[in-house]
Amino acid sequence: MEPGLIIETRDLSYVFGNQTVLDKISLKISKESIYGFLGPNGAGKTTTIKVLLNLLNSAENNVFIFGKELKKNRIGVLSKIGSLIEQPAIYAHLSGRENLINRSRLLQVSHSRVEEILELVDLTDNAGKKAGKYSLGMKQRLGIGLALLPDPELLILDEPTNGLDPNGIIEIRHLLQKLVKEQGKTVFISSHLLSEVEKMITHVGIINRGKLLFQGTVEELHEESKSQIVIITNDLTESVNLLLVNGYHAEVVTGTIRIPYSSLEEVAEINTLLVASNHKVYSISQNKQNLEDLFLSITRS
Amino acid sequence: MEGFLRSLQSEFYKTRKTLAFWSAILFPLLLCVLISVGFYYNSAKLIPFPAETQWFRFAGAFIGVMGSLLIPMLVIFQTFSINNIEHRAEMWKSLFSLPIPKWSIYSAKYLYAVFLNALCISLFATFILTAGHILNFLIPEFKFNQYDISGLLFKMHLKLFLASTGMLSIQFVFSLLWADFLKPMGIGFLLTVFGIITANLGWEYAYTIPYAHPMVALNNIMAQIMGRNGQQRAFDLMGKEIYVSLAVASIAFLVGYFVIHKRNIK
Repeated sequence: MEPGLIIETRDLSYVFGNQTVLDKISLKISKESIYGFLGPNGAGKTTTIKVLLNLLNSAENNVFIFGKELKKNRIGVLSKIGSLIEQPAIYAHLSGRENLINRSRLLQVSHSRVEEILELVDLTDNAGKKAGKYSLGMKQRLGIGLALLPDPELLILDEPTNGLDPNGIIEIRHLLQKLVKEQGKTVFISSHLLSEVEKMITHVGIINRGKLLFQGTVEELHEESKSQIVIITNDLTESVNLLLVNGYHAEVVTGTIRIPYSSLEEVAEINTLLVASNHKVYSISQNKQNLEDLFLSITRS
Repeated sequence: MEGFLRSLQSEFYKTRKTLAFWSAILFPLLLCVLISVGFYYNSAKLIPFPAETQWFRFAGAFIGVMGSLLIPMLVIFQTFSINNIEHRAEMWKSLFSLPIPKWSIYSAKYLYAVFLNALCISLFATFILTAGHILNFLIPEFKFNQYDISGLLFKMHLKLFLASTGMLSIQFVFSLLWADFLKPMGIGFLLTVFGIITANLGWEYAYTIPYAHPMVALNNIMAQIMGRNGQQRAFDLMGKEIYVSLAVASIAFLVGYFVIHKRNIK
């Protein structure tokens, strides 16, 4: 295992019946990162998380967490992980505080930690209320609180922003960033919406149909983003034909001509070509694909 | 072991406000109060009898239904409630991602179900005994204080408890497998009725059916103590049905653990 890696999977595959749900996934998650594990619904995110938590068994010994093979070191590894899988698992008939107390007894965590957690996830005022009567955001926060209770080194959160309003998402972002910065924790967070986690993550893994399509830092993902030249002229069809004849890979997309961007000189050359051929150029600009479009194009390809 | 004790403590903590726990206390208490009220207002019918008969009539009112319907129904309800808490909260995945051995979580839950059954049945014996003495205090003509039934009564309940352990373990596995109430309840009820019929028909192999065990045990108790008029009332605690019940419990416990251990939480 490479040094500094908190999670590593080596060609992790998982099969349900005859359906391959995970296909040779090799995750590399380094310490003190917030790793966004992204993919559309049904891509294999939750299955991956369940394998990481040993809820599903990988056929081979190819999951390493904190440098240790998971199956052989289940208890030791799990004792350093806090997790939230799908909907938060909460006893509806117990209050928020009682849910935390129950978990603290199971994990031998001090009662004072319960109050700290209530404070941290902003549930002190509602700690005595039955958790079944909590709003979705409060339940989600309690779920994160339960995950944080044993002060784990690694937090694995499956869709923690699901169903939260923008304020709720911002609160969770601040909380996770604080945990990483101030307490050196590592966070593995899954989502089907890049926009919800884009601002909090440092690393990205993109999964679709069980395959890991991209893995790297957010900056590296940005680099993947291909810029385009966007042109509007008086006659798009004529202009596209002219550009194609001159060797440019032009196409018409939603009322504009798009050409892969390579350099500013090329933009000037195209402009000159169009003007010299009596095409009226209304607008010529460079368009960088945003992350959401890039995410969609990666998962669709 | 430590994980097991912590899990057991947690079982108590999370059920202490639910019907799963309170049914084990309230059910015997309320039933005892209701039946005692009946005996209080109909005391004249019982007063002429000797002390021993008074006790048998009074305790028999409970024990008769207990062997047939009461224990199976309570067992079905309690095993369902204990596991349903986890099903409803979608808690299995969360419990099994904790750094606690799965066997600890499972066996603590199983033992808690056995404990609730033991609590409920022993409270029945305690409340029957207490109610008899309270009745005697309220109506001094009763002769409950002239005969000590406590040893016999607790032994009967202990036998009923042992006899119900087999079916409890099967119901425990059912409610572990299925989240809804209808399946464990439906199957449990069907098998209970089947058990009662076979036991009452005196089928010689009724002792092989776990759901017939409480009834078979009760029939055996009655056959032994009723044939001893004038002598010391006594019966055997252990019998074929008890051995089968305990064997079934052991097998079902292992099957349940296998289910949990192999279960891939989807």
